[in-house]
Amino acid sequence: MTTTTDPTTPSDDRRADPPGPPEIDQHLRGGLATALTDGWTLGKRNLKHFTRLPRLLIFSTIQPVMFVLLFGYIFDGAVRGALPNGFPSYLAFVMPGIFVQSTVFRMTQTAVGLADDLDKGVVDRFRSMPMSRSGVLIGRTIADLVRSMAVVVLMAIVGVLVGFRFTSFVGAIGSMAIVGVLGYALSWVFVWLALHVPGAESAQSAAFVFAFPLSFVSSVFVPATSISIGWLAFIARNSPITAAADAARGLAVTGPILAPTLKTLAWSVALLVVFIPWSTHRFRHVQ
Amino acid sequence: MPADEIPAIEVEGVTKRFGETVALDDVDLVVPPGGVVGLLGPNGAGKTTLVRVLATLLAPTAGRARIFGHDVVEEPQVARRNLSLTGQYAAVDGLLTGRENLRMFGDLLQLTTASARRRADELLERFDLVDAADRRASTYSGGMRRRLDLASSLILPPRLAFLDEPTTGLDPRTRNQMWEVIRELVADGTTLLLTTQYLEEADQLANRIVVIDHGRIIADGTGDELKDRAGGITVEVLLADPDRASDACRLLADAGLDPRGVTAPTADLEVPTDSTSGLGTVQRVAGALESAGIAVTDLGLRRATLDEVFLQLTDVLPTDGEEPEPVGTDLDAATNGRRR
Repeated sequence: MTTTTDPTTPSDDRRADPPGPPEIDQHLRGGLATALTDGWTLGKRNLKHFTRLPRLLIFSTIQPVMFVLLFGYIFDGAVRGALPNGFPSYLAFVMPGIFVQSTVFRMTQTAVGLADDLDKGVVDRFRSMPMSRSGVLIGRTIADLVRSMAVVVLMAIVGVLVGFRFTSFVGAIGSMAIVGVLGYALSWVFVWLALHVPGAESAQSAAFVFAFPLSFVSSVFVPATSISIGWLAFIARNSPITAAADAARGLAVTGPILAPTLKTLAWSVALLVVFIPWSTHRFRHVQ
Repeated sequence: MPADEIPAIEVEGVTKRFGETVALDDVDLVVPPGGVVGLLGPNGAGKTTLVRVLATLLAPTAGRARIFGHDVVEEPQVARRNLSLTGQYAAVDGLLTGRENLRMFGDLLQLTTASARRRADELLERFDLVDAADRRASTYSGGMRRRLDLASSLILPPRLAFLDEPTTGLDPRTRNQMWEVIRELVADGTTLLLTTQYLEEADQLANRIVVIDHGRIIADGTGDELKDRAGGITVEVLLADPDRASDACRLLADAGLDPRGVTAPTADLEVPTDSTSGLGTVQRVAGALESAGIAVTDLGLRRATLDEVFLQLTDVLPTDGEEPEPVGTDLDAATNGRRR
């Protein structure tokens, strides 16, 4: 199968008459398969970037680990009494929340990485090649998902070392998975952002303007019901971040599972349905 | 229609506006397959915009462009299969090794794993990068990066290659290496569109030169044709005593010639002529000066350089009240050194 859509040209015209043809075997795919394999190829590239920049690797893991320790030890005494039933310590409450918060912050790097590629010549080359348009964006978001999941696992290990306990193994996996689903959906929002805010630095600032209130106006650090200002409480109650934090909390420690999980999945699907086509369209016409 | 009669590039009335700025203004261009077209113009003339339209990166505001018969807007994926782009900013990934860069593009072009490996090895060999193949590209010199960049655009040999300022910023030796590589590419049958601000580069590589300024094509022809068109030939005279230049000019004007004084290391005055009456003009200049006893240390016929052609073309162009774009510093440097 080729991806050729031209009706007047035979489908084997990919480099139909190459000058001085060397022996080249191609395995031509089409449509979604191309998008996924191109996404995988570029995802591997982006992950190599991550492992080959040790500074980036170290600092981007230190920060969430620091959050686990700071929140677990500093806030514990002050807020323990205000926790909902079933949470023995603030660490138990905040840990699943920090999974979400860390993932949201990590996903802002999608905007930075994409803006950076756009600034360099490499995206021009990709866009002038007969490859999948969305492959570039899939590769970016997949790599960022893998990265942020690795950080979440690391945070969980550190959390367990300092006394956090998952109720079950399935709960542990489930809580991380639901965070990953929402994180992946959000990374497409940051793709959209990077395509509208030119330049890596402005993309980063814009992403943080978005990520900061989003993760704090939620049940990540405090129960959403404890927010006293009406409109903030309304936002917090309906935020996808709250849904994911509640779902992760339910799965990892205690609390309702089904409702927040469904809400998280609904938000994620809605975001993907809007932002994948919108971002891909925008990417096609970026100048 | 046989394949080789379809033009490699066909541009009809292409206009591109960015807000108020007109980057391309009703451009027409047909390039048959084979050979090298040099697209020459100062910074901001519209060279890169035209390349970006042709490489399917930018939709024109008006007009049509086709690559081997395939419209860049209506069937971009088919057009892309026939072209490759090497842009001004190297698309090389500095964190990957040279080999990884090439394999990645092989994967993206859906080569089988074995084929992508083999092709990467071949290109590393051909572009003299074998020793550096497993080093990160960020450690490469400027010339090596350009070669790797070009190599990665040739994974599938393109029928048409766009090279956007392939040697800008390279030292002369490295530039010569790039020229060799480019000549080999053309010898293999690839049609090439090369943008450059270096007149010498266009003269060296291109068998057709298209001069673009203010988004319009203002000249189109071989280097020789352009040189003939712009001023043709001059007789240059270097006097033993430069102070007598004004005397000499008066004398030659009286003899019915059209001399002009110049200040250059190789000439004090110039007399325009053409190829048919060139030798006659030399005789008349020599005769007049000799009879007046004005001593001469050098006298000869000289053909216009592309620099002069360029200067003349871009000077005479009506600007239509638009703000004239600054001529690039590289060109300034080139035109100041106007003696070959």
